[in-house]
Amino acid sequence: MQKTYSLTHLQELEAEAIYVLREVAAQFERVGLLFSGGKDSIVVSHLARKAFFPAKLPFPLVHIDTGHNFPETIAFRDSYCRKIGAELIVGSVQESIDQGKVVEEKGYNASRNVLQTVTLLDTIEREKFDAVIGGARRDEEKARAKERFFSHRDEFGQWDPKNQRPELWNIFNGRKQFGEHFRVFPISNWTEMDVWQYILAENIELPSLYFSHQREVFARDGVLMAASDYIPRRDSEKVEKKVVRFRTIGDITCTGAVESAADSVEKIIAEVAASRTTERGTRADDKRSEAAMEDRKKDGYF
Amino acid sequence: MELLRFTTAGSVDDGKSTLIGRLLYDSKSIFEDQYAAIEESSKRKGDATVNLALLTDGLRAEREQGITIDVAYRYFATPKRKFIIADTPGHIQYTRNMVTGASTANLAIILIDARLGIQEQTHRHTIIATLLGIPHIVFCVNKMDLVDYAEDVFENIKADIEAFASKLNVIDIRFVPISALKGDNVVHPSENMPWYQGSTLLYLLETIHIGSDHNHIDCRFPVQGVIRPQSTEYHDFRGYAGRIASGIFKPGDEVVVLPSGFTSTIRAIHTFNGEIEEAFAPMSVTITLTDDIDVSRGDMIVRENNQPEVSQDIDLMVCWLHEKPLQPNGKYAIRHTTNDARCLIKEVRYKLDINTLHRHEEDKVIGMNDIARVKIRSTKPLLYDRYARNRETGSLILIDEGTNETVGAAMIL
Ligand SMILES: Nc1nc2c(ncn2[C@@H]2O[C@H](COP(=O)(O)OP(=O)(O)O)[C@@H](O)[C@H]2O)c(=O)[nH]1
Repeated sequence: MQKTYSLTHLQELEAEAIYVLREVAAQFERVGLLFSGGKDSIVVSHLARKAFFPAKLPFPLVHIDTGHNFPETIAFRDSYCRKIGAELIVGSVQESIDQGKVVEEKGYNASRNVLQTVTLLDTIEREKFDAVIGGARRDEEKARAKERFFSHRDEFGQWDPKNQRPELWNIFNGRKQFGEHFRVFPISNWTEMDVWQYILAENIELPSLYFSHQREVFARDGVLMAASDYIPRRDSEKVEKKVVRFRTIGDITCTGAVESAADSVEKIIAEVAASRTTERGTRADDKRSEAAMEDRKKDGYF
Repeated sequence: MELLRFTTAGSVDDGKSTLIGRLLYDSKSIFEDQYAAIEESSKRKGDATVNLALLTDGLRAEREQGITIDVAYRYFATPKRKFIIADTPGHIQYTRNMVTGASTANLAIILIDARLGIQEQTHRHTIIATLLGIPHIVFCVNKMDLVDYAEDVFENIKADIEAFASKLNVIDIRFVPISALKGDNVVHPSENMPWYQGSTLLYLLETIHIGSDHNHIDCRFPVQGVIRPQSTEYHDFRGYAGRIASGIFKPGDEVVVLPSGFTSTIRAIHTFNGEIEEAFAPMSVTITLTDDIDVSRGDMIVRENNQPEVSQDIDLMVCWLHEKPLQPNGKYAIRHTTNDARCLIKEVRYKLDINTLHRHEEDKVIGMNDIARVKIRSTKPLLYDRYARNRETGSLILIDEGTNETVGAAMIL
């Protein structure tokens, strides 16, 4: 029988992501890898370890910390960094607030999610990063469908959807003027399903929040939110104990839970396959308006 | 499960967005919240039925103008394959977008309105797909419902395209009569066209043979970087990281490093999961050699008896991507494989009319969306193959040195 030389879709996506990560290392001076503790950034850091093996990770992990975290996320972040021997840089939204750079939102739907942008841009400037790597995927949201692997940001950190460089073949143009930087998205072409299948295939460790557990939650606008001191509740919003898990992990004020009994990666994959809502459907930040994501991106969001 | 990357082309209103929406919807790749959002938009606009075309509608600027302006990527999967669609909208910046989308595609879908038959744009789309070396082209004759699903309409269009395509170097062409709006032959076989015995579009996408699309003959390994752990465990490790552009590499292979010309032998091929016995395109690996020779980013590891061309004088077919026209005698930066260089535009030979393939030798003003044959001289020799033989080592981009923008996409002749 003739041998066939072909890769599975996961192998091909992995090879592409590793290629992109190596291009970043080669084309930029000072690179940071944005690490939220969520599955996408964990997968990207895993890919980065593979890309430079047996050398260690050539860039630090960067956490933009809103201060409104699930404690599980921070515990995971710290033990993960120790395990892979990565340097951790934290950009603190609380500090940006204390310095008067941003003003905290008020009210029931207040969130520090938008404020992260300022802290992120400050951190980029302070650390003199000329490229930051993110775990965004094009399938997440309409405004991301046209995002490049190498996404150019002007000296204000802004993204101009009309002025992005065309990307042809596998050739990436990371040339820039002084003060500009790039956001790089190695897993652009992955879907939520690909990420989960890869986590299973590679046996990647995740924060416990992703798996089914009991938690006190309340319903708001059809989304289950974790009961937390960071989220003021209306009188009508009753806290109940439910068996839930999180499909994405971000700031506690804008990350919704889903009722689920999936307590293993296999069960999550089965759930994702059968699921009829996108994972961003549980994120309050996108629901604000149909064009919400695009507006935040233009201002320099992830 | 394999990955198929395809691009879609069609003139405005041929039904491209509807077709993509239909593929996503009928293959159950649409989520409830996405469907609810477009259902609501359709209602707001007063449409009678849910407009599937809205599913692929992207940025706000486009929503306001009701048109798409850039390449957007969509994803769906069936139990057989996973698909990446490069959705390239048809209007002013068309050529630039289609070239971008086509550069990574294994397959192109070209839409034709059954009522209109072959148009100037059909020629253009076919020529671009061929120029970019897309191995498979599927012509979808759409809106068959508006011509009473008539067999002769389909057959006539097919004959016209075959006559035209015989002048081009098309490797594999297929034809499917469809109605994107009603769903005939997209995912489900049509009951309205019993005369059509062929596959549905989705079945074609799931089964077309793509295993031979990569070049597995010419061994080319452009070095992306050098990996030196400098740890006690890997004290003397010096590995070359890169992605196999083409060919198959094995430990023990005798190789040449270009441009230095030093020869050595592959000691091992490393990955995070251990050493492997062979590596082929498009794998990302790290190669170690038995000899301690000087290798760095931009070098290429190849086999002694099969080497790429090495030259500073290169003929290109360039697609111009920028509003500012190509400057005759201008200087540009080049990015080719993992190599950087600069070049001088020596000569514009002709502008190609992409509707007729006519060569305009007197017209040397190359503006955005134009395709032209040019001669360049680079500051250092490039290691390349002809694009027709190798899409990885035969492609390069031109960069404006003042603005750093990518201004040209070139295929080496
Ligand atoms: N009757 C009929 N109309 C179609 C078909 N496909 C698309 N259309 C209509 O043609 C128009 C243009 O379609 P659209 O998908 O927006 O075209 P695009 O500009 O190529 O993306 C819309 O009004 C569609 O409803 C088809 O198969 N049959």
